[in-house]
Amino acid sequence: MPDRTSRFIWPVLGLPGMVWIALFFLVPLYVVFCVTFGTVDPIFRSPVPAWNPMEWQFEQVAVVWDRLVGPNNFYLPPVLRTLLYVVVAVVACMIIAFPVAYFTARYAGRHRALILALLVAPFWISYMMRMLAWINLLQPDGLVNFIITLGGIIPLEVNWLSGNPFTVVMGLIYGYVPYMLLPLFAALDRISPSLIEAGRDLGASGFELFRRVILPMSVPGVVAGTLLIALPMMGDYFTSDMLSKSPSTSMIGNLINLSIATPGQSGQAGALLILVLLVLLAPMIWYTRSNMKSEVRS
Amino acid sequence: MTVSPAPAEAMLAKAQGPRRERAPRGMSGARAHGLAAITAIYLLWSLVPVAVVVLFSFNAGRSRSTWQGFSMRWYTWDPDGSVINDESIRNALTHTVLLAVIATAITVPLGVLFALALDRWRGRLPAGANFLALITFVIPEIALAIGLLFMVTYLATPFGLGTTAQIVGLVTFQLAYPIVICRARLLTISAHYEEAARDLGATALGAVRRVILPMLFPAILVSAILVFADVLDNFVIVRYLSSDASTETTSMRIYQVARAAPTPALNAMATIILVVSTLVIVVGWLLYRRWSKRQGESTDIRSFAGNL
Repeated sequence: MPDRTSRFIWPVLGLPGMVWIALFFLVPLYVVFCVTFGTVDPIFRSPVPAWNPMEWQFEQVAVVWDRLVGPNNFYLPPVLRTLLYVVVAVVACMIIAFPVAYFTARYAGRHRALILALLVAPFWISYMMRMLAWINLLQPDGLVNFIITLGGIIPLEVNWLSGNPFTVVMGLIYGYVPYMLLPLFAALDRISPSLIEAGRDLGASGFELFRRVILPMSVPGVVAGTLLIALPMMGDYFTSDMLSKSPSTSMIGNLINLSIATPGQSGQAGALLILVLLVLLAPMIWYTRSNMKSEVRS
Repeated sequence: MTVSPAPAEAMLAKAQGPRRERAPRGMSGARAHGLAAITAIYLLWSLVPVAVVVLFSFNAGRSRSTWQGFSMRWYTWDPDGSVINDESIRNALTHTVLLAVIATAITVPLGVLFALALDRWRGRLPAGANFLALITFVIPEIALAIGLLFMVTYLATPFGLGTTAQIVGLVTFQLAYPIVICRARLLTISAHYEEAARDLGATALGAVRRVILPMLFPAILVSAILVFADVLDNFVIVRYLSSDASTETTSMRIYQVARAAPTPALNAMATIILVVSTLVIVVGWLLYRRWSKRQGESTDIRSFAGNL
């Protein structure tokens, strides 16, 4: 007995959320385009957004493009560096997360709840606090140098905190690995023990079992984890700022952040941002759609 | 963030089932031990640095790397450097908690209503809105922050940079949590409940309010806690949308001064926020367990980790 209210109640309930998303997600994205494809006031050096797409100009994009591939391409090293850092960090996260997730899913036994709680703990420890922890440990007179110099005996003191790419990549791994661990754990946990038993009954060795049963079934978790950490890393500027603060380790995020802070360069920040979003568009859409599909399937 | 598709019955069976019997039968103990060692090392690496931050917040001296004895100095009595006496630290703490409370109070109802709507309302419009909401989950935070920064700066919005802008940004960024978590739960609530309520004479709205919402309560609680804890730690959005020192949060404070020569008061401030979020999580977890036990829902800790 569908009365009038039941037909309209659902759209009405959804309306506030939809308006919110339109106003504070779609409109801001559009403004980024208007600022990027607008002009800069020649006197005040302030951006003049072009609200009408018909009037969009490409000066700012040309400036950024020139710095990327032109003769004086000082934007290119940070871009390439970002790709390198992200790839190294993602691979390292996989290597770290796999055994940990696998152990928790299959062998943790009665400690399972405790280990899971500890694995989840970094989610509610502030990222900045976690970076602060490493700044403290990596000070010239900090704990790490104390250990590797055996308390000052061996002159091996390392300058960790200014322009050391190793520190920045370690910081990225440290910061993001929990986001790889959880989806991976969820995927591995879904593998039924009877499936593994069946594999063993059919004569698979431990390694074969891993390669032909466990690894293939972990793929969704690995893919989800990779996207969950790679996408935010592409916009990360604070890890490098906290652990290095040097141009020699700056990433795309740092370029964007610096342009935002410089008067008259908002358009360039927007152009860089649009560049990043264009590169990430396909993986973002793919990931979101696959999540929506898994909802519908159930 | 995979939405768990298990229907209620299956989840129930899983919760009661012989979960613990997945012991490594016939598995070489050496491998399990190796994996256990790796896991232990990982957990140490992951948590000990943070524990050191907490420890040094109690240092009697100014150093953050040399232990000079236990003291509450950086929390209480140091004349100008302690949490109580340093106005900027105090302000950062109160502002952070204020943002978390307000952003949670707006995000959760907005997201729950949206999830309820999406559960029944089919069509292109709701599907598109759902898609956009989920995109905010994976889009780099910096994009959202800069978009709002530009909007507030170049459009005549009724609010400027500062607390309001920060809250707007945080709500937008967090909205996907309640949507995803409540939708996952709604999928396991059979439509029969609502139909039964309607047959017994409830209006559509009455069925939602008296049948669906109570069943949804654990999911609402989980999303509120996740949003709250996540907002406490937010950095990118609150920084770009802040106006001046009065809208500085603890994350921004750490970012500002960590590389200068801060005192252990910074550690003390970080520790306080950690204690606040831990308390909220623990209390929330206990409440959640009570509620979901009553409803026979699975109380796996994973549902607590945002269905990641």
